[in-house]
Amino acid sequence: MKELSLHILDIMQNSVAAGADLVEIDIIEDADADILKFTIIDNGKGMSPDMVNSVIDPFTTSRTTRKVGMGIPLLKAAAEAAGGGIELSSEVGVGTAISATFGYSHIDRQPLGDMAETMLGIITSYKNVDFIYLHKVGANEFGFDTREIRAALGGIPFTVPEVMFWLKEFLNENESGLRIDQE
Amino acid sequence: MKSLAELEAIRAQMLEKITLRKEDDEGVRIVVGMATCGIAAGARPVLNAFMEEVAKRGLRHVTVSQTGCIGMCRFEPIVEVVEPNKEKVTYIKMTPEKVGRVVAEHIVNGNVVAEYTIGANS
Repeated sequence: MKELSLHILDIMQNSVAAGADLVEIDIIEDADADILKFTIIDNGKGMSPDMVNSVIDPFTTSRTTRKVGMGIPLLKAAAEAAGGGIELSSEVGVGTAISATFGYSHIDRQPLGDMAETMLGIITSYKNVDFIYLHKVGANEFGFDTREIRAALGGIPFTVPEVMFWLKEFLNENESGLRIDQE
Repeated sequence: MKSLAELEAIRAQMLEKITLRKEDDEGVRIVVGMATCGIAAGARPVLNAFMEEVAKRGLRHVTVSQTGCIGMCRFEPIVEVVEPNKEKVTYIKMTPEKVGRVVAEHIVNGNVVAEYTIGANS
């Protein structure tokens, strides 16, 4: 993965695959505290403690019947390479929360990358999944809740061209706005 | 800065203009592999390019969707085009630049872009 936003996309796909219909994404960039942290919380089917261990380190498990992917190990490696780490908690029937921290100024921290494109792709792909997004950069923040957007649209899908282009601009403008007006 | 209030205007405008497509229409499906392997190989901009191109051309019979690992990770980003009563076409090593041609030549005009398919590259 070249960007942290790709890891975020990958984790959100896991949430959708786990049957979540609500996914919360929180990103905090705090240069003063020298930390970048993101958290993804879903209400999917959750994982047993055994499964939590196996998704973190797929190479040391004795599993034989189930595929375990590379997404979380890659994220763990990226976080640890940048002086951070990941935390994963999950409960069967409740959902999963995963957070990753990175040294903000660490030379090996990947750039966050294009969150606007990441969120546009995911929110327009799953009409039955809602996303609550919050991205803080220093004192600036941008957030949205797709349930509010859907309510304002009154049943018109995100994939209708006019709506999709509005969403694209909405995300691009607000994401780039986070980087300006900072002391 | 854009605000949600603008969506009300879009809604009013759309409701007059369109009749929403039925969910179960027999249409064309463009399926982008978006597992870890696909994402790492660059599937995200490919997915967005397809969605935009389809929206721009107003192709209401076409849906763009995602799937997991197709099982040939070294060919990612992989895109499958599934048309009713036709054999599935698998495009490999896709880029946003290739998307315009696939939509124009294959989806709109019905001519598979053979040089991008797995048959021409494996």
